[in-house]
Amino acid sequence: MRIGLFIPCYIDQFYPQVGIATLELLERLGCEVAYPLDQTCCGQPMANTGCEQDALATYRLFVSNFKDYDYIVTPSGSCAYHVRHHYDVLEQTPAVARVRERTLDLSEFLVDVLQVHSLEARFPFRVGIHQSCHGLRGLRLGQDTERVGNDFSKIKTLLRQVRDLELVELDRPDECCGFGGTFAIHEAAVSAKMGKDRLADHLRHGAEVITAGDMSCLMHLEGIIRRQQLPLRVMHLAEILNGAV
Amino acid sequence: MKHAQKATRFIADEPRTDWHDQALWFVRQKRDLAVHSVPEWESLRELASQIKLHTLANLAEYLEAFEAKAQANGVQVHWAANAEEHNRIVYGILQNAGVRKLVKSKSILTEECGLNDFLEANGIEVTDTDLGERIIQLRDEPPSHIVLPAIHLKKEEVGELFHQKLNTEKGATDPKYLTEAARHHLRERFLQADAALTGVNFAIAETGGVVVCTNEGNADMGVHLAPLQIHCMGLEKIIPRQADLGVFTRLLARSATGQPVTMFTSHCHRPKPGGAMHIVIVDNGRSEHLGRPDFRNALKCIRCGACMNTCPIYRRSGGHSYDVAVPGPIGSILSPGIDLKKHSDLPFASTLCGSCSDVCPVKIDIHEQLYKWRQIAAGEGHLPVVKKWGMALAGQVLSSPQAYNLAGKLARRALKILPRFMLYNPLNDWGKSRELPIAPAGSFKEWYRKNKMHEPE
Amino acid sequence: MSKKSILRAIRQNQPQGPPLPDLPSFASDAPEPLAAFQAMVAAMGGQVAHAADFPDLGALVSAYFPGETSVASTVPGFPGNIPMQDIASPAELETVGLALIPAQWGVAENGAVWVSEKDSLFRVLPFIAQHLIVVLAKDRIVSNMHEAYQRVQIDETGFGVFIAGPSKTADIEQALVIGAQGARSFTVVLE
Repeated sequence: MRIGLFIPCYIDQFYPQVGIATLELLERLGCEVAYPLDQTCCGQPMANTGCEQDALATYRLFVSNFKDYDYIVTPSGSCAYHVRHHYDVLEQTPAVARVRERTLDLSEFLVDVLQVHSLEARFPFRVGIHQSCHGLRGLRLGQDTERVGNDFSKIKTLLRQVRDLELVELDRPDECCGFGGTFAIHEAAVSAKMGKDRLADHLRHGAEVITAGDMSCLMHLEGIIRRQQLPLRVMHLAEILNGAV
Repeated sequence: MKHAQKATRFIADEPRTDWHDQALWFVRQKRDLAVHSVPEWESLRELASQIKLHTLANLAEYLEAFEAKAQANGVQVHWAANAEEHNRIVYGILQNAGVRKLVKSKSILTEECGLNDFLEANGIEVTDTDLGERIIQLRDEPPSHIVLPAIHLKKEEVGELFHQKLNTEKGATDPKYLTEAARHHLRERFLQADAALTGVNFAIAETGGVVVCTNEGNADMGVHLAPLQIHCMGLEKIIPRQADLGVFTRLLARSATGQPVTMFTSHCHRPKPGGAMHIVIVDNGRSEHLGRPDFRNALKCIRCGACMNTCPIYRRSGGHSYDVAVPGPIGSILSPGIDLKKHSDLPFASTLCGSCSDVCPVKIDIHEQLYKWRQIAAGEGHLPVVKKWGMALAGQVLSSPQAYNLAGKLARRALKILPRFMLYNPLNDWGKSRELPIAPAGSFKEWYRKNKMHEPE
Repeated sequence: MSKKSILRAIRQNQPQGPPLPDLPSFASDAPEPLAAFQAMVAAMGGQVAHAADFPDLGALVSAYFPGETSVASTVPGFPGNIPMQDIASPAELETVGLALIPAQWGVAENGAVWVSEKDSLFRVLPFIAQHLIVVLAKDRIVSNMHEAYQRVQIDETGFGVFIAGPSKTADIEQALVIGAQGARSFTVVLE
């Protein structure tokens, strides 16, 4: 099984430790991981702003980079969702179809494909989960509070395998953080307010660390944490699962 | 003014924003409690969606069947192509009957058509009789929510309004006292009215009747007292069978307010003895919307308002920030179909979090339609120039590995070396309330080359 | 008249769609109807009275509404004290303090009862009265709205309504207030 690792642009540039944790974790779990050097981005920033046409070349680059792997794994529910869902505007060649089918978020790859049952990780902190929306409602990585059905969460399934980690419950377990790509800039006031409110929920319940499957949400939340000097840290799920303390 | 600006102004009063957010979140929580006690909830949503899709695919036939049946029931049926014709038809009916005083029950359609202003300009006294609608009518402002029209107001504001308009005691704010005052005021209006007008929740093709759902009983007080009754409906309100009501009445109130059903689910089929009954079927852009494959299923909407209550943006920006009769997520996918230029910013008033689509009782893919409207808004040139060029540039950079690597390096260096006042300038909307990320020593790609491929730096 | 042009536009734009689905009644999921119905009436702000606890309906009414002098009744065998046959216009019912009306069906999942024009004689009666009593046979309670719509014929008369409780509103700051425009209280007499 050959895995193509996709590290989203903002992780590549601003949070290399998340990429490193993802790679190390996959290798520790016995995966053969390749990182195609010509990769850039999934194209979501343009497409979510309405400029799908400007994103097509980036889509094609993504497909050509990843068309030969058994799975494309990325530490981002949002990017995985975008590839699977919004690459429908490309001509559906075998390569496009294959890439769309096989691009997985890290947590679903670990739970559904590798079926990881135990992780060698310890994280002695109180952790609040931020359920990134595209992962939760787009990829159905867990049961959201809107729909009626059996409760499950792939992220929780994984975090429960980490020793000494204490999950905190929130008042609003799956409300959006307000990042939303260019929304964060063009609706800056609402975006920041949403972020503040999410953080207040985590603080109220004694979280020390907020984790998520998407670094973009955490980048936004971290920006507010640092501006307001709140006693919170953000860490991507991969960093915790990889045993970083 | 655009949504983002109005939202910024709304949020400037943070305690009030928190209060507004909590009030609507409370409704969302009641909704959750109600729907999670119905094990077949997801099946009901799917059934409702199928019934509506089926109806939209056979809409002309169902409308004709409905009209024939209604006429056989002794009801006069009218067709209005647009808001203006709707208003003229209603006024014509009132004029013929010599009506001076009209009581109305909540109708988002008449709000959409601007009926009140039109009738008042023609000398008809119009009284909205839903308490929330009456409050905003007395304040001379539009509703901020389709189910909870006065959700943006505090009881102190209602108290002051009623003191001025209904002569309640100065400083009185108790909702019970204020509601009682409105009850007396509205009873008078009901008894004096020559005609009553309501919206329609469901129109049944099989029986030719209309169903109106309220909690206050105001639609019934109006309709059953006045000799003349008029029901105005968007043409998408049609459902095929009486039995379909079983599905929709189970979904509507639970989604709207968390009640298992509205207090009154009224079925009107024939005029009362000695009275007259009219139904006005309104198009106003709906038939055109039916022709938009990506967007037509927004016509499934049953106007429960659940997408507003759940929307984190709506809750923190208020209904008036959307500047349309139907605000919130559903309004943001309906309005661009009516006037794209005017409402081109609304599809962007969302993080595409998808909560709206998952609470929707008829499974409208709201957030997907928001995404698609964005493509159309941009394609037809309604993006701000900065956004448009920025995205074109981003598209070029991100489709070229070399350009991307270089741009990343430059950005990280800029973050490192630029002084704070240059990074956090007034043009940096990100930086108004947030810090920019701390630039790392190198990118992941650089780390990979060095550590995994052992390339020299 | 724009009927033709509207229908033409619709026909032009009508998509293909799924067939009309069959509707299950979901009845097996519903709990025991009588107990559930009583609990729901209470939850919706109404109350339940049992005819068996009183010698007759008059005694029940006196117990629940002592001193009520303006009683309009359409329940067979219980005339009240407002002669309904003399009412010429619905507005005359404005002074009714208490209305008694027979109900045809009850719905366990939401505490609603079905009342038609045939039952209330005047459509406005259940709304305009200050207080409302409906009389319902215990064996006429179905589990949910699907079953209710299987039994009720909505166009049997010109008007019919599911009433689930007293008139209420939460339009001022989401504070629940009972007694908005319609009846201030709702009592279901089970017999």
